[in-house]
Amino acid sequence: MSNVFIAFQTNEETRSIIEAIADDNPNAIINEQPAMVKIDAPDSLTIKRASIEEKMGRDFDLQELHVHLITLSGHIDETDDEFNLSWLN
Amino acid sequence: MDMKVAAKKLGLKERYAAMTRGLDWETTYQPMDTVYPYDKFEGIKIHDWDKWEDPFRLTMDAYWKYQAEKERKLYAILDAFNQNNGHLGVTDARYINALKLFLTAVTPLEYMAHRGFAHVGRQLRGAGARVACQMQALDELRHAQTQIHSLSNYNKHYNGFHDWRHMHDRIWYLSVPKSFFDDAVTAGPFEYMVAIGFSFEYVLTNLLFVPFISGAAYNGDMGAMAFGFSAQSDEARHMTLGLEMIKFMLEQDPANLPIVQGWIDKWTWRGVRMLTIVGMMMDYMLPKRVMSWKEAWEIYFEESGGALFKDLARYGITIPKCVAQATIEKEHITHQAWTTFYQYGAAAAFNTWIPEKEELDWLSEKYPNTFDKYYRPRLEYLGEQAKQGKRFYSTTLPMLCQCCQIPMFFTEPDDPTKICYRESDHNGEKYHFCSDHCKEIFDHEPEKYVQAWMPVHQIYQGNCFKPDVDPTAEGFDPLAAVLDWYNIQFGRDNLDFEGSEDQKNFDTWRQTAKSNG
Amino acid sequence: MAVVAVQAYTGEVRDRVENFHGNQLLYIGWEDHLMIASPLAFLFPPTMRFGDVLEKALPNAFGVHPEWEKIDWNQAQWFKSGQAWTPNFNQTLAENGLKHKDVLRFRTPGLTGIKGTCS
Repeated sequence: MSNVFIAFQTNEETRSIIEAIADDNPNAIINEQPAMVKIDAPDSLTIKRASIEEKMGRDFDLQELHVHLITLSGHIDETDDEFNLSWLN
Repeated sequence: MDMKVAAKKLGLKERYAAMTRGLDWETTYQPMDTVYPYDKFEGIKIHDWDKWEDPFRLTMDAYWKYQAEKERKLYAILDAFNQNNGHLGVTDARYINALKLFLTAVTPLEYMAHRGFAHVGRQLRGAGARVACQMQALDELRHAQTQIHSLSNYNKHYNGFHDWRHMHDRIWYLSVPKSFFDDAVTAGPFEYMVAIGFSFEYVLTNLLFVPFISGAAYNGDMGAMAFGFSAQSDEARHMTLGLEMIKFMLEQDPANLPIVQGWIDKWTWRGVRMLTIVGMMMDYMLPKRVMSWKEAWEIYFEESGGALFKDLARYGITIPKCVAQATIEKEHITHQAWTTFYQYGAAAAFNTWIPEKEELDWLSEKYPNTFDKYYRPRLEYLGEQAKQGKRFYSTTLPMLCQCCQIPMFFTEPDDPTKICYRESDHNGEKYHFCSDHCKEIFDHEPEKYVQAWMPVHQIYQGNCFKPDVDPTAEGFDPLAAVLDWYNIQFGRDNLDFEGSEDQKNFDTWRQTAKSNG
Repeated sequence: MAVVAVQAYTGEVRDRVENFHGNQLLYIGWEDHLMIASPLAFLFPPTMRFGDVLEKALPNAFGVHPEWEKIDWNQAQWFKSGQAWTPNFNQTLAENGLKHKDVLRFRTPGLTGIKGTCS
């Protein structure tokens, strides 16, 4: 089993995004570092648009993630509703 | 009467298909091989370019929208940082030297990456891959521009930033990153994609941008944090492109595997060698440290790279052989590199120093197996000498590796007290290397590396003096003439941090900032 | 192996001896003394006496090391491309068989660097 990870800049928008990720991925480990937050999760991680919208109280397009993203690892599968990171092996 | 039906909004996957498929055509006036002359000679076999997928499914319209937003955020932070004299908020002026190295070594590479992806974005015959490469070409240009903007602010206050472009083509240590990229852009388009898109972006940029930039933030530099993370936000897309290219080649034809593996092996090592300098910056040049190079290597290479290679095993890809050596070296190379820069501190466009006692203690703690045993006595001795007014500057040029161009300070993997010497003969000429892996890269394509512009040899050939200089004149000082050609101002840009103009200015400005003086 | 290229490819040898104006490169490293971080590159005429390398060039380059003064040159061991090698100090580099870009190392038995760390 390998970890996937994703890291965001620390700011007001990503606070909601990270809360949503933590809720949807109970295995995820949230690691706060200077100016950034790195999230590691075993095998896969799912980011759900609906959960982020719930936290933010506004519409959210998952492609807005690009603005705050620092880095990631794993294969990406993205639709309008979900952004998925996973290892297949 | 016609009913107006609201057009159903396309989903992400359909939008991507609509924006990247059917945009091109099979040419008829000229054969396709003439229109795309460079995407076959490397031996990579592609049967169906339509199988190419960009997992982010980023279309041009969305690209412009989000990039514009990134730029607005970035420049707002840079402006605020500059208006508020943010540079005086950094922990210590020694930190600025890490930025000097970063901005003079990496920024020109961003521009080269732009050129490389612009080229590949023309040469691949699949439209989806071309669109992704063109976006990356624009990203890289953006990175170069934002870093130059940042540099211009530091240049108002600190030495060593004043002629970065000129220096990039001349200074000995900048030849390391320059030759790395020259090697990549002179390869074919597929090798370039593996070199930069995969090995560098996916396997290694995390080490360049993430812990170091987080460290910049930790040291109070919001300017570097802003351009660094803004760049890295594009890297996530670039990494994905690099990984996609690997998967695509491996899925298209089994004959592609050995070629791709060879490139991964080569470029992982080329990148690992170049990142020695980044590791040194993390361990020695950040007054407040987030993590050691060894820890960063373990998280971002061993753990994350390990997961990646484990995943790619299903295509037959194996972890590069050089990783075994790099794993041993993680406990050594930053110390070896810093003592080298320290001794050549008269020929560098930044200041060097011996770490303070608490910093040496931190290194002892982070490198329990090696620091006290091999490196601390060396640094302490040099520090004592400096205190007695005998600061060590070497005036004899170092021997360089023909492949990575780094001075030959790397030691044998099984013996950190012995320099690692390797050599090859090619057409009656000798070539020297720092490692088995650099030698292997040379032996695979010697005709490429015999052309290397080796800074030390160029100095000895007399090619590194200004045109009006007469090296036969009485009292000719070659080091001074070389520094003049580099446009390094002796006594301002170089030498020890202790007593430097940057140190004095920073202290004075800090005092002014704290009181009415 | 040949460079993978669109057409026949040969590279210009940038560091051939003809480019050094009658001189040749010689690399020299001092084993177990890594305070001087890497082997050094020297430019010498092939007619230079090997003893002059030792007496005139090396002190400038390595003399800063605290153990330099302690070297017993009669005990020193020399290696060329890693193989044991015996220099003749009164002969020239050429007569000693030293060619452009040869690499020499010398070991000074009993001297193990700063605090015995091979520094």
